[in-house]
Amino acid sequence: MDAILLQILNGLDKGSAYALIALGLTLIFGTLGVVNFAHGALFMIGAFCAVTLQRVLNFSYEDVDESQKDFLGNALKVKTPYVEAWFGPEFGGAIIDWAVPLAILFAIPIMIAVGFIMERGLIKHFYSRPHADQILVTFGLAIALQEVIKYFYGANPIQTPSPEALSGVANVGALIGMDFVYPVWRIVYFFFSVVIIGAIFSFLQFTTFGMVVRAGMADRETVGLLGININRRFTIMFGIAAAVAGLAGVMYTPINSPNYHMGMDFLVLSFVVVVVGGMGSLPGAVLAGFMLGILESFASMNEIKSIIPGIDQIIIYVVAIIILLTRPRGLMGRKGVMEE
Amino acid sequence: MFGLENKDIRMLLVVAVLTLCAPFILNPFPTDSALAQFNAGYPDLMQRFVIFGIFAVGFNILFGLTGYLSFGHAAFLGVGSYSAVWMFKLLSMNVVPAIVLSVVISGLFALLIGFVSLRRSGIYFSILTLAFAQMSFNLAYSVLTPITNGETGLQLTLDDPRILGVSATADGSIPVTNLFGIEMRSTYEMVVGPWAFQFNAGYYLCALVLLAAFYLSIRIFRSPFGMMLRAVKSNQQRMNYTGLNTKPYTLAAFVISGMYAGLAGGLMASMDPLAGAERMQWTASGEVVLMTILGGAGTLIGPVLGAGFIKYFENIFSKINDQVLHSWFAFMPDGLEDFVVFVVHPFIGKGWHLTLGILFMLVVVFLPGGLVEGGQRIAKWVKTRKGNDDETPGKTTPAE
Amino acid sequence: MSKSAFSRRGVLKSGALAGTGLALPTIFTASSAAAFTNDPTGSSVTLGFNVPQTGPYADEGADELRAYKLAVEHLNGGGDGGMMNTFSSKALQGNGILGKEVKYVTGDTQTKSDAARASAKSMIEKDGAVMITGGSSSGVAIAVQGLCQEAGVIFMAGLTHSNDTTGKDKKANGFRHFFNGYMSAAALAPVLKNLYGTDRNAYHLTADYTWGWTQEESIAAATEAMGWTTVNKVRTPLASTDFSSYIAPVLNSGADVLVLNHYGGNMVNSLTNAVQFGLREKVVNGKNFEIVVPLYSRLMAKGAGANVKGIHGSTNWHWSLQDEGSQAFVRSFGTKYGFPPSQAAHTVYCQTLLYADAVQRAGSFNPCAVGEALEDYEFDGLGNGKTLYRGDDHQCFKDVLVVRGKENPTSEFDLLEVVEVTPAAQVTYPVDHPMFAGGALGSCNPGS
Repeated sequence: MDAILLQILNGLDKGSAYALIALGLTLIFGTLGVVNFAHGALFMIGAFCAVTLQRVLNFSYEDVDESQKDFLGNALKVKTPYVEAWFGPEFGGAIIDWAVPLAILFAIPIMIAVGFIMERGLIKHFYSRPHADQILVTFGLAIALQEVIKYFYGANPIQTPSPEALSGVANVGALIGMDFVYPVWRIVYFFFSVVIIGAIFSFLQFTTFGMVVRAGMADRETVGLLGININRRFTIMFGIAAAVAGLAGVMYTPINSPNYHMGMDFLVLSFVVVVVGGMGSLPGAVLAGFMLGILESFASMNEIKSIIPGIDQIIIYVVAIIILLTRPRGLMGRKGVMEE
Repeated sequence: MFGLENKDIRMLLVVAVLTLCAPFILNPFPTDSALAQFNAGYPDLMQRFVIFGIFAVGFNILFGLTGYLSFGHAAFLGVGSYSAVWMFKLLSMNVVPAIVLSVVISGLFALLIGFVSLRRSGIYFSILTLAFAQMSFNLAYSVLTPITNGETGLQLTLDDPRILGVSATADGSIPVTNLFGIEMRSTYEMVVGPWAFQFNAGYYLCALVLLAAFYLSIRIFRSPFGMMLRAVKSNQQRMNYTGLNTKPYTLAAFVISGMYAGLAGGLMASMDPLAGAERMQWTASGEVVLMTILGGAGTLIGPVLGAGFIKYFENIFSKINDQVLHSWFAFMPDGLEDFVVFVVHPFIGKGWHLTLGILFMLVVVFLPGGLVEGGQRIAKWVKTRKGNDDETPGKTTPAE
Repeated sequence: MSKSAFSRRGVLKSGALAGTGLALPTIFTASSAAAFTNDPTGSSVTLGFNVPQTGPYADEGADELRAYKLAVEHLNGGGDGGMMNTFSSKALQGNGILGKEVKYVTGDTQTKSDAARASAKSMIEKDGAVMITGGSSSGVAIAVQGLCQEAGVIFMAGLTHSNDTTGKDKKANGFRHFFNGYMSAAALAPVLKNLYGTDRNAYHLTADYTWGWTQEESIAAATEAMGWTTVNKVRTPLASTDFSSYIAPVLNSGADVLVLNHYGGNMVNSLTNAVQFGLREKVVNGKNFEIVVPLYSRLMAKGAGANVKGIHGSTNWHWSLQDEGSQAFVRSFGTKYGFPPSQAAHTVYCQTLLYADAVQRAGSFNPCAVGEALEDYEFDGLGNGKTLYRGDDHQCFKDVLVVRGKENPTSEFDLLEVVEVTPAAQVTYPVDHPMFAGGALGSCNPGS
């Protein structure tokens, strides 16, 4: 029983990442009609915002310690981060320890800027071009972006630990009278994604801006005819979508050490999520994200793998095929959107 | 001739000359010169050019004509390779049965996947083919290892049965692939002055197959069947409303292009008898999409150009290292040399992916019709310039 | 005109020189002049360094490339000579190989067997490389080894840990200096026994491809022989990034040891996830829960950061070794690049030196002569103690290091500490051991 509950938790956790990425993809597709293959790269750039902040906070000066030797037998240079020197080891250390959550503040403006530049510089020229061109140009952009990151940060994963206080495990089983533990940071990640998703939905639902965007998603031409500058709003939506992907990346870093190709690893999956949820449907993307996360977790259980060998390798695709064949507009897709 | 129009015959002849003279064309630089780095006229790369050319030509029959964007075509290439290698393991080292089997098996595989995937169109079709291909890759890498040999790739061994051949040659090595006795790896070498040209039997087999495949694709493009496929691209709904069932046509196109991919896979295994699972990965499928679009989707010659372009990049650019760079810029003063190498460094050798990514973007932004459009624009530009040249003297003379 | 298997550019070059004097085109065939593929006839010899420069193992590849360049420098008499001074064989003079200056070409394997073979082929066909070396995964190494056998050049394997490389997929033209899964198991088992006792329940998480399987088999056999029980063996897809759904079932499985048969990014993520789930603080059956990572790589351990502390594994070599050879290597590598070499760098440096030395001793670049010189060759001074290149399967037998993640690292390189140096005798296995059965070396192929 607790094994199943644990896998549900795992699924929700994986699903959080899928849902956040798919949400951004859907926002872009729904508003701009652009298939953005560089969305995974935005997730990756977000993660590297955390890495960068961690590096910046760890900028150090060196003291030569004659009593210790380095690997060549010279005197060891002991590094002390400036932050610790300025704010004292205690407070400075705490700042470094909290690098990942702090990176959220750092990442939001950067990701929005990246989104603006991408949209204004490149994407806007592709609104009326065929999907194939959009795929090609954003795919090229994704390759270029990840190579740039690799050039500066190397190919190996870089550890970005969660704050000491939020690492370790919590006995979540105790809440329901059972005994099993779950990592604290993963719980944080789940709630974080719920907050972000909630914020996006209420933004679209309860603000005038959101209302216009929703109207634009439904019928761009008419909104334009009403004299509303829909393009500017769409640019802003692109920035927001980039920020959502970036924040998902920032918070993901303690779960898995980020590397330059983590975006590509998520890209195919997030497209499957979007299609299963229904192209252009925001609730669909979120629902499909969590659903596929949970299914994936269950499929990796030994009991299920012993019945169908290799099911964990293909479950996502099997689900996608079944959904597409039986319900082409996806779980919550509106009739007529991209149905052809 | 061949039931083709003059324009198409010209194109076929151009392709024929290009492929048959490739050993000369691709080796423009003397062997000892610094630019020999850019020579591509060695057997393996020439084989890859034409094999991926076949693959892209086949892909273009589906994508260029019907507009269905398949993201899983590499799976057929992989299936073709596996069948060919199994043929080498079980039957004989002759490439004919291997290639035939790979075309047949990939055709059947394409029939199955096409039948299911073609129930949807647009991006849904893309995702379906992607899903099938990723499934094939994941299974080939792990669960199906007895058939595919997983990570290591399916290879020939000394104890394969090879009913119609020998398991091992007299000197204890694995026999090599051949076409009725002509070894695929045998190479003639011709040295003309400082140049060295290599003529490889396997390459010429591939080149002939490419010509046949290209001819077939011209025929398909110009046939009523091809017209029908184009009609599907422009407005499938209207076709359906006229009471016509388009599915048999699109399915036929899908299977034909799957068989082209299988043919490419079979040839690949015939040149180099190994089949690895990563041939089926979605990035490999993405590569053929890129080749086709880069060259010019829907045009006859575009895919071949695109395939050549990308393979050239992958094999030549990735080999330029700092040592080579320094030797190129050695004529510069020291500081400047280091600076130039420093600037160029991120884009070559291990950075060739970066250059590739940027190039894709540039081509898509500025040349939506791919390299073919680039060529047309240049041709047009030359033409108008010529026209201007004729006019300018007449215009300027009176002013003087 | 006669048929021949591969191009021989060295010969072509001399033919080209002769040809320039003539007005008429010369049609040149080489089989009359050369006895083997790419016989270097000029004043230099070209080696092919085929390493991953893109993809997830690019950093390993970059480190290998650094070591190759260092080796070439030393072979040509530059630098401080590194391990050439400590190497037991004194055949190498520092004037290249057989008096020919060593040159090299590099290529990108992309960690894909197809790309690796294409790159190796271009080195052989275009650049005239007489030896190919490199690789940072077993699939690639085995694929390139097969190619070199067909082409008739020597393959000196880089980082490849699968039993199959010198087991069922061994080839007469291929040689491996690196250790393998069996050796990891044989070296680790006694250490684990001392640390954790004989009554343990092990849970395996294994990367679902051939390397993972051979290592899982080796570790399970070695630990079961000393009394451990294997509770479960679970295969994880290669593409996994989040291992939570594989780690979670471990919690209540009754196992008290987790063996992670993962490498590279998989290893970093599975270890990080395992630590996240609190496995290290867990107590099962009154014993502390333990994690074992049989194959360690320092470059990767860095990605897992503090999570590796106190976790045991094995490695081929480590820069903190105090023998003369290792120190000489670390000194020349560290002076040149500013950081200590990885085990990948060490193994490829050794392979280059061993190849050069074998050519020198054989007096020929002919792969068959080189192979003969390497087979059953015993040497010392390359950092792993006395080492034997066994002729029956072309595997090196040498000491294996058992290492542990260091509790208090003094620098960013100081992540692992050597717990024990397991002597070569303890990790040696008979050539017909069932885990290595099923293949044959065949005969050496000089490519005629």
